[in-house]
Amino acid sequence: MANNTTHTIEYQSLSKTLLILLFLTFVTITIASVHLGAFTLAVALLIACVKSFIVLSNFMHLKYESLLLRILVGMVFVLFALIVAITFIDYAFR
Amino acid sequence: MSQHTAHIEEHRDDEASKLGMWLFIFTELLLFGGLFLVYSIFRMQYPVEFRECSLELSVTIGAINTVVLLFSSMTVAMSMTAIQKNDMKKALLYIGVTLFCAAIFLVNKYFEWSGKFHHGLYPGSELMKLLDRGHHLYFSLYFFMTGLHALHIIIGMTLLFVCFFKMKKQSIHSQDYVLLENSALYWHLVDLIWIFLFPLMYLIS
Repeated sequence: MANNTTHTIEYQSLSKTLLILLFLTFVTITIASVHLGAFTLAVALLIACVKSFIVLSNFMHLKYESLLLRILVGMVFVLFALIVAITFIDYAFR
Repeated sequence: MSQHTAHIEEHRDDEASKLGMWLFIFTELLLFGGLFLVYSIFRMQYPVEFRECSLELSVTIGAINTVVLLFSSMTVAMSMTAIQKNDMKKALLYIGVTLFCAAIFLVNKYFEWSGKFHHGLYPGSELMKLLDRGHHLYFSLYFFMTGLHALHIIIGMTLLFVCFFKMKKQSIHSQDYVLLENSALYWHLVDLIWIFLFPLMYLIS
């Protein structure tokens, strides 16, 4: 019996996703050579976050997964953000 | 004689195995997350040294590898679509393309690393010992993080190879493809990590 309920994503939608990801990669490389000072790193990280969100939701099918799984994945990123924040606070006030 | 219909009840729970795979992916995310945290602390302390070292890396090769990995991520997702549509030929083709891309990635990595090794730059080398702390930390992190990532590429390739042969033997098919799905998830994870590694290692300004 088939019990896999994974949503089927059409080829076209996958290739569109790739085009967006390639465009964002191009932007990342271009911005690195422009002088934005301290913002360069922030912009690079922001684009990386957007890209990983696209990969997670489209390629990894999270857009169509159960709410439980989506909450779990979200929690992992929240946990990581907390670890980063606490470590940086520790370094800042040492 | 009463005839009973043969009924083979196979115990399978695809949702659970997918959830298990995700739990494993969480541990992988936190493993690399920890390394990224170490990286950011040291980059804050040695911004100039990290910038100088990153100039030693070829942005072109890094960009090519980014494109190759993104493309392979799409083809493995397409292979999932093909198997769901019961198109085995296409599914096999897309897995093949994914494996080919993975090989290209590793060949590029090989050239990158052997270039560094040629200049005497490798963990534990005499040159590394002479470097000051900032440069030493950058290259140690570079070799460790890209090395660990390359190891993940090799594991992902192994998984996809297994899927390829199981699909040929018809033990993965349109009614039972959770192994391919989990392997694809692993492959996307490898892509996900590279999305952060590339700007952080290659593009420091």
